[in-house]
Amino acid sequence: MTGAEPTPGNGYLIRGASPLGGSRQDLLIRNGRIVRVGAGAAPEPGTRVIDADGLIALPGMVDLHTHLREPGREDAETVETGSRAAALGGFTAVHAMANSSPVADTAGVVEQVYSLGQRAGWVEVRPVGAVTVGLAGERMAELGAMAESRARVRVFSDDGICVSDPVLMRRALEYVKAFDGVIAQHAQEPRLTEGAQMNEGEVSAVLGLTGWPAVAEESIIARDVLLAQHVNSRLHVCHVSTAGSVEILRWAKARGIRVTAEVTPHHLLLTDDLVRSYNPVYKVNPPLRTADDVQALREALADGTIDAVGTDHAPHPSEHKECEWAQAAMGMTGLETALSVVQHTMVETGLLDWEGFARVTSTRPAEIGRLAHQGRPLTEGEPANVVLVDPAARWTVDPNKMATMGRNSPFAGIELPGRVQATFYRGHPTVLDGALNAPLTPAAKETAWTG
Amino acid sequence: MKHLLSTHDLALPDALRLLDTAEEMAAVGEREIKKLPALRGRTVVNLFYEDSTRTRISFEAAAKRLSADVINFAAKGSSVSKGESLKDTAQTLEAMSADAVVIRHPASGAPARLAASGWIDAAVLNAGDGTHEHPTQALLDAFTLRRHWAKVAGTGSPGSDLAGMRVLIVGDILHSRVARSNVWLLKTLGAEVTLVGPPTLLPVGVDTWPCTVRYNLDEALADRPDAVMMLRLQAERMNAAFFPSTREYSRRWGFDDARLAALDTLGLGDTVIMHPGPMNRGLEISAAAADSVRSTVLAQVRNGVSVRMAALYLLLAGGTHDDPAAPTVRANPALSPTKEPAV
Repeated sequence: MTGAEPTPGNGYLIRGASPLGGSRQDLLIRNGRIVRVGAGAAPEPGTRVIDADGLIALPGMVDLHTHLREPGREDAETVETGSRAAALGGFTAVHAMANSSPVADTAGVVEQVYSLGQRAGWVEVRPVGAVTVGLAGERMAELGAMAESRARVRVFSDDGICVSDPVLMRRALEYVKAFDGVIAQHAQEPRLTEGAQMNEGEVSAVLGLTGWPAVAEESIIARDVLLAQHVNSRLHVCHVSTAGSVEILRWAKARGIRVTAEVTPHHLLLTDDLVRSYNPVYKVNPPLRTADDVQALREALADGTIDAVGTDHAPHPSEHKECEWAQAAMGMTGLETALSVVQHTMVETGLLDWEGFARVTSTRPAEIGRLAHQGRPLTEGEPANVVLVDPAARWTVDPNKMATMGRNSPFAGIELPGRVQATFYRGHPTVLDGALNAPLTPAAKETAWTG
Repeated sequence: MKHLLSTHDLALPDALRLLDTAEEMAAVGEREIKKLPALRGRTVVNLFYEDSTRTRISFEAAAKRLSADVINFAAKGSSVSKGESLKDTAQTLEAMSADAVVIRHPASGAPARLAASGWIDAAVLNAGDGTHEHPTQALLDAFTLRRHWAKVAGTGSPGSDLAGMRVLIVGDILHSRVARSNVWLLKTLGAEVTLVGPPTLLPVGVDTWPCTVRYNLDEALADRPDAVMMLRLQAERMNAAFFPSTREYSRRWGFDDARLAALDTLGLGDTVIMHPGPMNRGLEISAAAADSVRSTVLAQVRNGVSVRMAALYLLLAGGTHDDPAAPTVRANPALSPTKEPAV
């Protein structure tokens, strides 16, 4: 982190960036908003000029799915460290999953997480509320109280655990209609995945690791889209990982069912062949699947069957990964590699252009999470949540150089394209020159646009 | 060869070298003084996270016949039961200058993890990991089969393979590390392997294995196998709804007296019956089959010591097989019981 620089009184002039990869423009950012977009703007005194020659301007990325571990597991990650990682990764908003300790199943806990995010000031931190008390899957948490709280929760999830009881799932889907909420389901049939260690298939057969069959995900998604149709509710499917799930989602969307879905960067790139090393850095839930699944997920993200990229950023202390596979924790870090992995898998393959990139990393996730001031177009008058990306840069992933406390990146040692050069959060540069700049301070917040 | 972790990645020259070395070791076992100085001053740790007296004493006998110092580290009653991690245990053994770690572990991949982690420099021998592999069991099975196959052919065992031999492996394939290691190794040695068991105990993905899969044992026997390997049915599977009852399992997939008689009816005079032990007599194998002249059960135990001596010897004192200048086992003075070790 470099020293905090005072916010220039006349804002920032981003010179020569390509919004969504289009023609070069200058963007003037002031008081938290984009106040002018055009070519050849002359800076006024007190305006800081940022040379963005060769850089692409994108709306700040929005993550529907992170684990920031606070409260309870501050040895793994805190809201401060996780949101620093998010800013470096090009995010201006992240959703923090509810499986903290205590579980985020009350207004008090979600407000705590929300406040921690505000205090950190690197990104907008939006708590996800638990669907059931203690993630126990038995009775509904006070969803209304969390929705009405200062944290204004709209996404509810027992992520990590499937809401497997069909009656409870139906009721939750119905109930959140009262405040335009959405149930984000971790689709995993529990009986079919008892002791599951990896994708069930050719590789698990050889390795002698208990299989996590694709059908355990697909059967829950099939049930849930039918429930969502029956009660006309909004369903979001977390971390879709199989080709079969894609087919079900495609069918459901064609029928007009209100379902959205996300895919993780790691499921867009990695396969279960990596498990042959027995290195638990590749242990994740849902597990890495096959090359055919990877291809189906990429195509689904490109054609809109899958709406969004969600990192499922899941930092773990090293001792939870430096052990036998079966004993190791499930999860991978993802915030600081997401942009590069999506560029590598979707943009450089020609499946998405940068406009499409913005759709899956910002616009759609903001819509799903009901974040009114995120995922907006890069036009005059819009909130200045902007990321500047050098698409020509290449870098080799080194977990030791990351801001997250987690060292469990499955991309370690891989060379990836694309580097975040700057991130503007509410008009404030949290990242400049590819490094952390300064958080949005309370003083800056007062002068900045407030939403 | 730095470690012996699986037979899946064991190339044919390495497999033959292990088996041929085991023949040399077997010859030692027939001498009055069954001891070689080859590993004098070297330390072999038997790190057992599961109870397995049979495998542990086999490795212990093998290491002692090679004059190694042997330390038995049983997880039960040690710091492991107090929650010490594999990493800390490994580094403790490293600090005690272990030259080889023979590891038995309930988690698939634990030996591979130990070998690749950088926690330890010692050679790692997989003595059975979860439902993954048990390479020395497969090597001793292959050794036993090879001797039998050579005897039937009227040739010598050293240097030979199992080309054309037809082997049935019967039972719980899904949870069997013995089956996995045997499928890969026997295939590498040229045998034709057929797996027989209830569909619930065959892994999803078995169709990609280099073998045939059948559900009916009688039909598989009618195809005239040269060897039938019966797998142990683990007690924890018996009540887990993989099959309706142990009696039904036994009727359909047990090697009972009727099937023993069928081998005679079919004129299969040279077909042997194998079992890795310990046997559930009356369940997967009848007492008559286990005790018949076709049974190789005790030969397997005997050969286990020879094979494990070969593995320890090659990992700790052998060169790499692709080094043409490396002395052959036969020429190595360390293998002579009457001479001092070369080192």
